Amino acid sequence: MNIEIFNHRFFANFKKYNFLLRELVSRDIKIKYRRSVLGIFWSFLEPLLSMVVLTIIFSTFFKRSIPNFPVYYLTGLLVYQFFAGGTNGAMRSIKNSSSIIKTVYVPKYMYSLSSILSNFITFLLSLVVLFIVMLATSAPFTIYIILAALPFVALLLLTIGMGLILATVNVFFRDMEHLYGVLLMMLMWAMPIFYPAEIVPESFRFIQYYNPVYAVISCCRSVFLYGTPYDPMTLLFAMVSGVVALIIGIALFYKYQDRFILYI
Amino acid sequence: MGETSIKVENVGMEFNLSQEKVDNLKEYVIKFLKRELMFQPFWALKDVSFEVEKGDRLGLVGMNGAGKSTLLKLISGVMKPTEGNIEVKGRISPLLELGAGFDPDYTGRENIFLNGALLGYNKEFIESKFDEIVKFSELEEFIDVPIKNYSSGMRARLGFSIATSVKPEILILDEVLSVGDVKFQEKSREKMESLMDSEVTLLFVSHSVDMVKSFCNKAIWLQHGKLMAKGPVDEVCELYEEWVHSDKS
Repeated sequence: MNIEIFNHRFFANFKKYNFLLRELVSRDIKIKYRRSVLGIFWSFLEPLLSMVVLTIIFSTFFKRSIPNFPVYYLTGLLVYQFFAGGTNGAMRSIKNSSSIIKTVYVPKYMYSLSSILSNFITFLLSLVVLFIVMLATSAPFTIYIILAALPFVALLLLTIGMGLILATVNVFFRDMEHLYGVLLMMLMWAMPIFYPAEIVPESFRFIQYYNPVYAVISCCRSVFLYGTPYDPMTLLFAMVSGVVALIIGIALFYKYQDRFILYI
Repeated sequence: MGETSIKVENVGMEFNLSQEKVDNLKEYVIKFLKRELMFQPFWALKDVSFEVEKGDRLGLVGMNGAGKSTLLKLISGVMKPTEGNIEVKGRISPLLELGAGFDPDYTGRENIFLNGALLGYNKEFIESKFDEIVKFSELEEFIDVPIKNYSSGMRARLGFSIATSVKPEILILDEVLSVGDVKFQEKSREKMESLMDSEVTLLFVSHSVDMVKSFCNKAIWLQHGKLMAKGPVDEVCELYEEWVHSDKS
């Protein structure tokens, strides 16, 4: 396939289905909170409550090594929750839209992308909780907070890339859903979300170093918790991982998308 | 000679009919190791070629499993053919499986926008057509009720109203005229006829040869994925009916 034609069709289609993307994203968000009394406040309340619980439990354990446990935990939790929610949603997106995919032609990545974007919006909203907790615990508000935008971009690229890979795999192998649940749990425990990074023995630290999600978390902790700029190499690693994941995701998705319909 | 609207060239569609569908990793690995992965090719369509001119009303006849729905899915772009080429000029409005894109938790109003977006329309356009859609579907009282509380007839009425709110260039109809109650059927039939002036290209699938004859001017007959006949509707239908009767006796 000619690259130029490919690009052209992609952009024309993206423009045509732009409204659809917005509809799908707002559908995801609306349906999630419909008929719940507190509605959208759940995206604030949920991390807040889990923070309170874990702070009570763990802040006594790690009192010395983690100075501001609530902020330490929240930065880790919010980033992890977006990654887990976004990739999980994208993984199920193609299968869940099977009836419509069989009826109308729509670029199929729209379903995966919309699911990730709706999670991203919830993630951005839940940052309000982080700011409130930062105020309450008198964490430093510095200009470096603006720098958080870059790791967020890296995180979004990584999530889209992983989401597309998982969506493709899940069409052909349904047990991916169960397997991925386990993988996500491993990911959560392998990262210092609620324990200090230092308690992991030196010989196992590589698990942290080569984890792009943790790279994003540690960038966020630098700006939100410590009020310092982050290590550019950490950001670079996260960004490169994001771009690589995205390229693999797009390539895989485009290679197999015409066969989706035979399996859903 | 009019303008060509749909061009189907040597199209073939292959499915893999394995005895057991392997859709999970565990089974795949086991079967792969045991060398039991079976691929049994099945051609739902083979070497089908025809052209439809703009304004033609083409009927598709054939037995169950002849490949009619597969052909429609290929033309609407939902599936890609294994071999051959399909060219389509103009906006397609699919009327297969009405309301497939509805979200049950969404209200009628929200579903109009969602479904319109799935058909590739933008917000302004759907807003301009909104009243017309609601009026035609006769669902004014229920438009802010979640679709899951609709009856199947109400759902189909809404789907039909959305799909036909715009005059498409190519309309695909897969036995949908049996929508809703008798009154609505009459109304939808009228709507169909009003859509079917010289501008619209129609692809119509029905088991009723009489319906095909009354709607279409041309027809093709598919049998086991092969094109048996194409041409003016009366000729093709005659051949088809002859074959059906000879097969029975």
